[in-house]
Amino acid sequence: MAQALAKTDVVMIGFGWVGAMMGQELTDAGLNVVALERGSWRDTPTDFATTFAQDELRYYWRHELFERLNHETLTFRNNDGQTALPMRHLGSFLPGSNVGGSGVHWNGQVWRFLPSDFLAKSHNLSRYGKSAVPDDMTIQDWGVTYDDLEPYYDKFEYLCGVSGKAGNLKGQIIPGGDPFEGPRSRDYPNPPLDMPYAPMLFAKAAADMGRHPFPHPAANVSRPYTNPLGVQLAQCTYCGFCEKYGCGNYSKSTAQTTILPVLMRKPNFTLRTRSEVRRIELSPDGKTATGVTYVDAQGRELFQPADLVILCAYALENVRMLLLSDVGKPYDPNTGEGLVGKNYAYQITSSVNVFYDDKILNPFIGAGALGMMCNDFNGDNFDHTGLGFIGGGYVGLMQTGARPIETHPTPDGTPTWGAGWKRAVAKNYLRATTISTHGAVMSHKQNHLDLDPTYKDALGRPLLRMSFDFTDNEHKMSDYLTDRAAEMGRAMNPREIKVNKRKGSYDIVPYQTTHNTGGAIMGTSPRDSVLNTYLQSWDVPNLFVPGANAFPQNPGYNPTGTVAALTFRCADAIKSHYLKAPGQPLVHA
Amino acid sequence: MRRAPPALAFLCLLAAGALASAAPQAPPNGAPQEAPPAAGPAPGADLVARGKYLATLGDCTGCHTRPGGAPYEGGLGLGSPFGTIYTANITSDPKVGIGSWSADQFWRALHEGRRNDGAHLYPAFPYPYFTHVTREDSDALRAYLLSVPASSYRPPANKLIFPVNIRGAMAIWNALFFRAEPFTGRADQSAEWNRGAYIVTGLGHCGACHTPKNMLQADSRSKPLQGGKIENWFAPDLDGSPRGLASWSRDDIVEFLKTGRNARSNGGASMAAVLVHSTTQMTDEDRRDIAVYLKSLPPSDAPASRGAAQDVMAQGGAVYRDECSACHGVNGAGEPRLFPALRNDANVQQRDPTTMVRYILTGSQTASSAARPTAFTMPAFSWKLNDREVAAVATYVRNSFGNNAQPVSASEVANLRHKVAAHPIQKELPAAEQR
Repeated sequence: MAQALAKTDVVMIGFGWVGAMMGQELTDAGLNVVALERGSWRDTPTDFATTFAQDELRYYWRHELFERLNHETLTFRNNDGQTALPMRHLGSFLPGSNVGGSGVHWNGQVWRFLPSDFLAKSHNLSRYGKSAVPDDMTIQDWGVTYDDLEPYYDKFEYLCGVSGKAGNLKGQIIPGGDPFEGPRSRDYPNPPLDMPYAPMLFAKAAADMGRHPFPHPAANVSRPYTNPLGVQLAQCTYCGFCEKYGCGNYSKSTAQTTILPVLMRKPNFTLRTRSEVRRIELSPDGKTATGVTYVDAQGRELFQPADLVILCAYALENVRMLLLSDVGKPYDPNTGEGLVGKNYAYQITSSVNVFYDDKILNPFIGAGALGMMCNDFNGDNFDHTGLGFIGGGYVGLMQTGARPIETHPTPDGTPTWGAGWKRAVAKNYLRATTISTHGAVMSHKQNHLDLDPTYKDALGRPLLRMSFDFTDNEHKMSDYLTDRAAEMGRAMNPREIKVNKRKGSYDIVPYQTTHNTGGAIMGTSPRDSVLNTYLQSWDVPNLFVPGANAFPQNPGYNPTGTVAALTFRCADAIKSHYLKAPGQPLVHA
Repeated sequence: MRRAPPALAFLCLLAAGALASAAPQAPPNGAPQEAPPAAGPAPGADLVARGKYLATLGDCTGCHTRPGGAPYEGGLGLGSPFGTIYTANITSDPKVGIGSWSADQFWRALHEGRRNDGAHLYPAFPYPYFTHVTREDSDALRAYLLSVPASSYRPPANKLIFPVNIRGAMAIWNALFFRAEPFTGRADQSAEWNRGAYIVTGLGHCGACHTPKNMLQADSRSKPLQGGKIENWFAPDLDGSPRGLASWSRDDIVEFLKTGRNARSNGGASMAAVLVHSTTQMTDEDRRDIAVYLKSLPPSDAPASRGAAQDVMAQGGAVYRDECSACHGVNGAGEPRLFPALRNDANVQQRDPTTMVRYILTGSQTASSAARPTAFTMPAFSWKLNDREVAAVATYVRNSFGNNAQPVSASEVANLRHKVAAHPIQKELPAAEQR
């Protein structure tokens, strides 16, 4: 029997970006908050100091900062006709573990979704008619609008000190920024990063073709910055080790560099690391969460009672925790009944390599979100009439730092090993660059998450089972984006280009993006969503589940900005409404 | 514990003297001079609050609370050339704490360095500074400490070499180096200056680290606050010389004391604890008065640099650009309040390079304060740079960007590396995680 601890106001499951934001907000409201993190404490000087942060072998190839699959993993299949098998090696996506979560090794790409992204179903139906959304495409409107989230996007951008250039200030289009973005109330807190040669070549070619290139909004700060909490970040040094790495230079915005120095000082905040939550405990009627049971580093099982439970692990783990705790009804794609696990989505990526003879590009200069981007083909920024798909993605040239083990671009026709391959790598390393596309994935009836019937984790609990494949909509959309990228690549006047389309079924082996979404989605009715628009469980009102799990489908942008905006909106609702009537739904069904 | 042979010889002489003179010199002061406090009206909340603030000024917790221990129950080991002294339990416990001490006895401890039974305290308890504390402040401090929850924890016995292990030997030390004297202000100085002097030379006991010591660990009275070596750190010069605070404005000093850093320096090393527990908690007035006093100190002489060899400068420059410039800048300008400037920096130009070399070897963490919460950290290079490389880069920094100071030799680095090898940067958990 689990030993019961003293009750706290709030218990949080997981302590990454979302946990840090919620912890900061709820302790500000005077609540006593206990955070339980399955991993270890982690900070800049001890875990990724400048003296060893740029260790490609240790961090990327040996996965120092990522989830340990021998402890926790998932099983995967493309469709119900297959038997799912455990993912025994990380590939397609790289969830984090330990304090700071995946946010420690992100690139720092901070996007806002388009106003029309939040109206995915109604907008496409009204513009393109009923046939635009086939029956098995289970997309829905979010229940919140861009305008609802604008103040919270702004809050996150100022917390991070995002470097960028506004394209739409209160409805006025600003030259040099992204003209397609929703109106923002003020400019970014920091100017764009200095742009290297290759992105400038891309931007010129794109502009000449009538596209609208602009600097990528980056949580890699372009100058020393003190955020509204008084926490300081240092100027980015363009070392090129962001994605898959921790920043040793205090230049990339993470929980550690923006919130924890303040939060960890607070007497009403407690972090317990090496504490893995087994399940959320419910009252006998199943309508109230009484706390959580967890296993500590000594293997003891403890019960932490709390008035309010915040589930803020990674999106996939959030869904699994709901399934393991019997919160809500699991989704069954065959009957269409149940909602937990429904609308799992991902993203679809492709690339075009560009090879020069006459230009030295110094690709090792880099930062996670350093590049020039075009949103001309994102969301519904272009007319989809006759294209046979909805949605889109960005096309851009990002120079994230050509790490030497990872980066060896070679043109078509190069041998894949041996002297010829080595010669080609040596010739092209400094003269090659890559345009990438990053496309939306719409939700489909058959793509979902549930508990695996066979495989179990280290604590004996069923693993999460992922059933996912790309559909025609993704392939058509991604091919269209890749063709546009190839046009821009050719317009850069290189020696040659190499087009890398995403073909066939989704493959979990090669790295793509860590943008797993859905499974516990938000909406305006308990008939078609797990959470209300404040990310409060419809079934258990003292349970909130902030995270990308709430996305009804996945637009063509990186998700972190929207995860943060939804989290801040959730925290605001708890502080200003929920606490006045604890345990009550913020939205009545 | 390493000992210098001359000090040992001197100690033997001292020991002989101490033993010979023990009988006639020992004063019959074991008896309390007033009755222990009986149960009576609790001291006024005002008095306790004032005492609490005085404990902050004196950073009493810095030594009397060991990591993981209850407040003020002592047990922190203080290193000295003569062994380890464990700090006392100064909670209100009547047996192991100061619960049974009278106000007179408490005052005598501060003023004369005597225990309640009359035995000598060791000057690791900085009574040569606390002797300046007024009786009024002593009473307030006592009232506060008596309000601290009692702890029955008994600190370990001191581990000191002969003859220092005989408390009576301190009578000789006191005769040579100590004068019990209350603070006497100077009429020709402002009230601010006098208050600053009272804090710096009294409860603040700044000289305990920042004043050079003689071989018996007594202050060199002729060199107040001219920089001192302590536990393999060199606490920098605080006087008016270029290697001291000459280029710091009064506001620079105030900002440093208030936030733990300023445009010129990040407070780290042993100073971090002083900043966290003491100066950041002081009133603005007291910080200003400290600055007024420090800025009045005259400059001291600095040894002329013999100049650095060209090849060493070239090697040091190469190491600097690879390892240091990303944070401190290619021109040593740093980033104010994030990464300290090395240009015209006092710490890197001290006559004794110990602290600078130690920063390179073991790294250092900046103090976290409410105003500046991020504990920016310089990483350790001991595993990455050899003695010659550390010496070269230290020499380069001491003689670049307008700096001028003696070169550092590889043997100095090797020596310090050996001494601090047992103290690599530990992976420390923040306090909140350990609850």
